[in-house]
Amino acid sequence: MKSGSHLEKVLTAGHFAFTAELEPPRGTSADEVRKRASYLKENVDAVNLTDNQTAVVRMSSWAASMILLQEGLEPNFQMVCRDRNRLAMQADILGAYALGIRNMLCLSGAHQQLGDHPTAKGVFDIDSMQLISLVKGMRDEGKFMCGGDIEEPPRMFIGAAANPFAEPFEWRVHRLAKKVKAGVDFIQTQCIYNMDKFRKWVKQANDMGLTEKVYILAGVTPLKSVDMARYMKTEVPGMDVPEEIITRLQGAGKGKVADEGIKIACEQIEELKEMEGVAGVHLMAIEWEHKVPEIAEKANVLPRPQVD
Amino acid sequence: MIVAKRKPFAEIKNLLKNYQKVLNVGCGTCVAVCLVGGEKEVDVLNAEVDMARRLENNPIELGARTVERQCDREYLAELDDLVEDYDAILSMACGVGIQFLAERFPSTPVFPAVDTSGLAVNQAVGWYEERCRSCSSCVLGLTGGICPVTMCAKGLYNGPCGGTNLGSCEINTEQDCAWYLIYERLERQGRLDCILEITPAVDWHNQVPRTLVQPGYKKPEKRVPKNDE
Repeated sequence: MKSGSHLEKVLTAGHFAFTAELEPPRGTSADEVRKRASYLKENVDAVNLTDNQTAVVRMSSWAASMILLQEGLEPNFQMVCRDRNRLAMQADILGAYALGIRNMLCLSGAHQQLGDHPTAKGVFDIDSMQLISLVKGMRDEGKFMCGGDIEEPPRMFIGAAANPFAEPFEWRVHRLAKKVKAGVDFIQTQCIYNMDKFRKWVKQANDMGLTEKVYILAGVTPLKSVDMARYMKTEVPGMDVPEEIITRLQGAGKGKVADEGIKIACEQIEELKEMEGVAGVHLMAIEWEHKVPEIAEKANVLPRPQVD
Repeated sequence: MIVAKRKPFAEIKNLLKNYQKVLNVGCGTCVAVCLVGGEKEVDVLNAEVDMARRLENNPIELGARTVERQCDREYLAELDDLVEDYDAILSMACGVGIQFLAERFPSTPVFPAVDTSGLAVNQAVGWYEERCRSCSSCVLGLTGGICPVTMCAKGLYNGPCGGTNLGSCEINTEQDCAWYLIYERLERQGRLDCILEITPAVDWHNQVPRTLVQPGYKKPEKRVPKNDE
């Protein structure tokens, strides 16, 4: 075991992993975090805590991770390169590990211009690729980035994101290969709507032997409305929403679009379970945590495995 | 070249509000080429300041002089006899020139009339695009001659990020994704292997004032005396 995290145990035991996401509040309410976490408990293997997602200030990712630990859930601590330099990153990794956090997701972070403090100075001292190497160096070599020794090194299970859809498509698998080379243990992908393209990407990863070295958790986001689908298609960079998905939602009829969105997500999850090279699903039910139990039930991913 | 843009007029006027005799010094090199701080712009700004102060019944006496380069001691010397007639200096040079001017005349307040915005190329008349952040550790050899530090909004060395958007940057569709361009150029040159390897974290050099000694030269043993020493 590299980290001994629950997520690592689930994956190494060969179970199909199921993770979810929780966006910390724009305030100090621990109760709000607890409430949203309660929908996820026993329905998922780990929960991502986003880090100032979309460059909007929220309760810190590690603090929200702590609340989840207190509630008996396993956090996946997200860290973006936008807001911290290498000193702050390493300090937070030590602190997070000391408090019981065992999974990390290493991300670049949305540009500050897109968020609520557009005139902030973006840090980007290191990038996500270099952050993966940093966390790995801390774990496997017991060294800080500067080469100095760490007393009792943090042993994180290292995650990163991948976007199988951005152009140029033929370069996407090489981006994955680079993250594998940097030392990533698991990948959570961008939301998938174009299953054919995703299948092609996974096949490339299989052919290059990458899926033997990294666990791929396929990103699924249920669509709540036709407007949401259109927004994802036109406004979110690197998102590929085929027209047939929008047509299907439109055909669901009044008051039934959200149910159809969940149905599509569940069908995707069933398909992903059978896909060679896919080790699990990362469900990003955006501001829809209370629907996770229903989706987990309908997608037949319950009960979650017990591992030791 | 170094490019700059003129400060908002209200800001310039406010900087000068307590002074009655001001020498406006232009610079005949970069800022003249980018149409912001040469001889012509000095005259235009002086006319505006003069008019504004007259309207306030607070007249100002303005001098105008444009030197070849404000970042060169030799050219600043021609101001030595002139400066004592004024209570303040306004500089239309880049931040380098303004500081060198202020260093040469430390008893006289020196104010900036422009905001320096970078090292840029001229793409069309009056239109400039930044190309270099003078980071002191150039990676252009690996990136197809496209600077990821300057052209990528996040300055990523191992891009693109997840925000790459059909060739555009996530910050806006008018901005190219630097890493998309890097990929295209390296592919055209058959050099994609350059970006298959991970570029390690950069040693930032542009965090402290840097000095430079070219081969064959050496740093003076004694500190170069300032004008008032």
